Amino acid sequence: MSPVATPVIELRQVAKIYNPGEAAVNALDHVDLTIEEGEMVAIMGPSGSGKSTMMNVIGMLDRPTSGEYRLLGEDMSRKNDNQLAEERNRRIGFIFQNFNLLSRLTALQNAELPLLYRGVPGPERRETSRKALEAVGLGNRMHHRPSQLSGGESQRVAIARTIATDPAIVLGDEPTGNLDSRSGAEVMAIFQDLNRRGRTVIIVTHDEQIAHHCKRIVRVRDGKLVRDEVVSQPLVASPGTMPFAGAGGGRG
Amino acid sequence: MNIFESVRVAWGGLVGNKLRSALTMLGVIIGVAAVIALVSIGQGARAMVTEQIQGLGSNLIMVTPRGGAGRLYLQDVADLTSRVPELAAAIPDLTRQFTVKWGTSDYSTTIEGTAPGYEQVRNQNVAEGRFLIQSDIDQRRHVAVVGYKVYTDLFGERDPIGEQILINGSSFTVVGLMEEKGQGLGMNYDDRVIIPISTAQRMMGTNRIATILAQAKSSDQAAPAVARITAIYEKKFPTQNPPNDDAIMVQSQDQILSTVNTATQTMTLMLGGIAGVSLIVGGIGIMNIMLVSVTERTREIGIRKAIGAKRRDILAQFLVESMILSLTGGLIGVLMGVGLGRLGSLINIPSTVSMASIITAFVFSAAVGLFFGIYPAMTAAVLDPIEALRYE
Ligand SMILES: Nc1ncnc2c1ncn2[C@@H]1O[C@H](COP(=O)(O)OP(=O)(O)OP(=O)(O)O)[C@@H](O)[C@H]1O
Ligand SMILES: [Mg+2]
Repeated sequence: MSPVATPVIELRQVAKIYNPGEAAVNALDHVDLTIEEGEMVAIMGPSGSGKSTMMNVIGMLDRPTSGEYRLLGEDMSRKNDNQLAEERNRRIGFIFQNFNLLSRLTALQNAELPLLYRGVPGPERRETSRKALEAVGLGNRMHHRPSQLSGGESQRVAIARTIATDPAIVLGDEPTGNLDSRSGAEVMAIFQDLNRRGRTVIIVTHDEQIAHHCKRIVRVRDGKLVRDEVVSQPLVASPGTMPFAGAGGGRG
Repeated sequence: MNIFESVRVAWGGLVGNKLRSALTMLGVIIGVAAVIALVSIGQGARAMVTEQIQGLGSNLIMVTPRGGAGRLYLQDVADLTSRVPELAAAIPDLTRQFTVKWGTSDYSTTIEGTAPGYEQVRNQNVAEGRFLIQSDIDQRRHVAVVGYKVYTDLFGERDPIGEQILINGSSFTVVGLMEEKGQGLGMNYDDRVIIPISTAQRMMGTNRIATILAQAKSSDQAAPAVARITAIYEKKFPTQNPPNDDAIMVQSQDQILSTVNTATQTMTLMLGGIAGVSLIVGGIGIMNIMLVSVTERTREIGIRKAIGAKRRDILAQFLVESMILSLTGGLIGVLMGVGLGRLGSLINIPSTVSMASIITAFVFSAAVGLFFGIYPAMTAAVLDPIEALRYE
């Protein structure tokens, strides 16, 4: 693939309509959006404007009602559920506001999970996940369960779970929404570091401060893009205590 | 994801809910244990009955009137012996319950009138003294040969030979003691007093006999002997078809054996079937719990799907969970069933644990896990990731 020529993400006239008929909701109203490799984009907008819906479409958790979605030049609307699951596993790292860790599993086991579904053998899986956890500064929390971790730590486990798979695209739906500003800064530092290493990063946020850590801000209202601005001088999150060494799970 | 990983993931799910998993398994355990224990008892009963029938003697043929007062006489025994060359021996038999007295003790037992040849036909010899001889029959002597239980219970193991006993009020001299043979087919071969058939007929006020016990020369000769005897009686009582009270039944040991085998087989199947129902109830328990589990873990399923689990991964996870429940339950059930069977043997309930019943019960429990697990697992596999993630 040639990253310069092909955008990472291309939405063409993407619409998502909930409850078609009387009480139809146009969560996405024919959105056109192109995101190139290596971009770091913040999506902002009032509550109910369709940000999460857009992220879910980009992350292939949801299918658009109409329109075309190309990921790395490939049309995703033609893929079946199994193929989408595989694309999610290989290309996308999803970070949620509420972390979405499995409470029964330890930090390490949580971080291993995507590699398990990728079919990576046990020892390699553990090694990669261990490195990913160390990379987010949780080398000493490997065997803690989510209930034994702080919010910031939990979110970093979720990020480690993403890093371990070495995804091309990292999606965060309000990743700092449940965190205090210090933990939020830590998370943003990791995102910036990931972006510096070539991953395309897209986050949804309500926080202008957080958004200005990104290189570009897309504003959404009523399912439409209303503004698309470049941040001339993105803020740099202080990495704090985290020496970040990227961990590779083998892309593609 | 390969099967080992699926088993690991499923195991994690089960261990996360130990009590629930154990209780669910209990349903299968009870079902499988019940199947094995009951089938074992059925098969044990069959083995016991078979052994008892074979213990009656070898190559036996029983000639019995169909109605209670059939026309069978002592002369018939002599007739059969001379007219049926396949027979090695034939003896008359006439029994009734009477009270036997010795000194101050009395005792109710079976009085069996018969003739020499009994030892050969019944495959039971005298342990002490002598058996009946032809002159006892001819002269209607009041002599008796006592069974082992009569010896222990009535005589308190004192030497009975030469003692006088009263049978139904008339005096008999004990001339012999039979060797111990044991129980069978609801009767105790040791709990009887044998007297000459002629004496028995006089005492019971009849000139008929109840049964002729004949013995074929070999097992090959049994069937032709039965055919010949049947022909003799069909000629003698032409009203035999349809059978009436005159009809004479001629049955070989093999025929009795196969009749009884059919009956015990049916009993075993019925017992197994009843127990099988409890195994199915156990399966419904698995399905119930798996459905609850899928609902409870909707969010988990959403997370797994979001990070790349395919339908078949989720399907495998839940299906393997129910299979682990049913197979582990099946295994424990097999052990318990075998244990119960052994226990039964210890407390004199005959039981035979067969490999076939173990394998059947185990395979059946696996099938139950698969059958009742598939629906909940499908439910989980087709969940929409977004909706699953949103589930509270
Ligand atoms: N499953 C659904 N069924 C019906 N309507 C839905 C569903 N999901 C979202 N919506 C509607 O679609 C619109 C966009 O929702 P979305 O979750 O994308 O908003 P959002 O921008 O992420 O809001 P927030 O900032 O509050 O998270 C909303 O009006 C919402 O009510
Ligand atoms: Mg949202």
